[in-house]
Amino acid sequence: MILGPALGLSAILFSLGVAGVLLRRNAIILFMCVELMLNAVNLTFVALAQLYGASGQIMVFFVMTVAAAEAAVGLAIILAIFRHKQTVDLQNINLLRG
Amino acid sequence: MSTVVFYVFAAVAVGSATLCILQRNPVSAALWLVATMFSLAGIYVLLDAQFVAAIQVLVYAGAVMVLFLFVIMLLNLGHASTDFRGPSSLAAAIVIVGLLGIELAALWRYTPRRLASEISQAPAFADPTSVFAGGALAQQEVAARGVVGAIAAPLFQVYLVPFEITSILLLAAIVGAVVLAKRKV
Repeated sequence: MILGPALGLSAILFSLGVAGVLLRRNAIILFMCVELMLNAVNLTFVALAQLYGASGQIMVFFVMTVAAAEAAVGLAIILAIFRHKQTVDLQNINLLRG
Repeated sequence: MSTVVFYVFAAVAVGSATLCILQRNPVSAALWLVATMFSLAGIYVLLDAQFVAAIQVLVYAGAVMVLFLFVIMLLNLGHASTDFRGPSSLAAAIVIVGLLGIELAALWRYTPRRLASEISQAPAFADPTSVFAGGALAQQEVAARGVVGAIAAPLFQVYLVPFEITSILLLAAIVGAVVLAKRKV
């Protein structure tokens, strides 16, 4: 049973996702980094499902559903913003900044 | 043997995730993310979650990433200039990610035995098979019903209400995406 290394790998992937969110300004790449973080959490669920039974794997399905919904709505928002601003650079999207 | 395969997949996953966040071109970043998701699917097989691995390839590496690539190419972002934040953000990112990484790296040392003794608060005497009865039960279930059946039974019995709520969430997401992406509602 591979438990510790799988949890460690998910920690590394989550940290990489956070680093991407903090480093990049491209809104689409930001979304991809969020997907990376969700994948890291899924890996934790699957690793602990070895001990706790199938509930962890079922939770992975729910996470995937939420991720798919989030990607669809988020990309539609990016599309709408791009139509107004002609850019996906987050530095130029500051409508809500007072 | 499976440990070696695990470390190969883990190296591929970490390497391609790093390239994904460092790649300037959004298309290459998306393709490196696909590579990460494929190697995670391989790891799921090693962790006895074959059905999740199949869904990972179909839904994540297939559907979600095709959606991403579709939007990138629709907006014609293939030749973006550099979009990294400034040095202050870089310093903040290094500090935050470093602290988070150090904190989470402690997970690496967990074995089933150690987790069992920490949960049952019986130092060094806890037997993982007695503390985690669910895992052994799940293995019997897999032997009796197969990999998919062992997941389907609790999904459509215990988790039926969350499952139905998920369908409402997807419907709301579909309607929301169409309304947001339409030019004139």
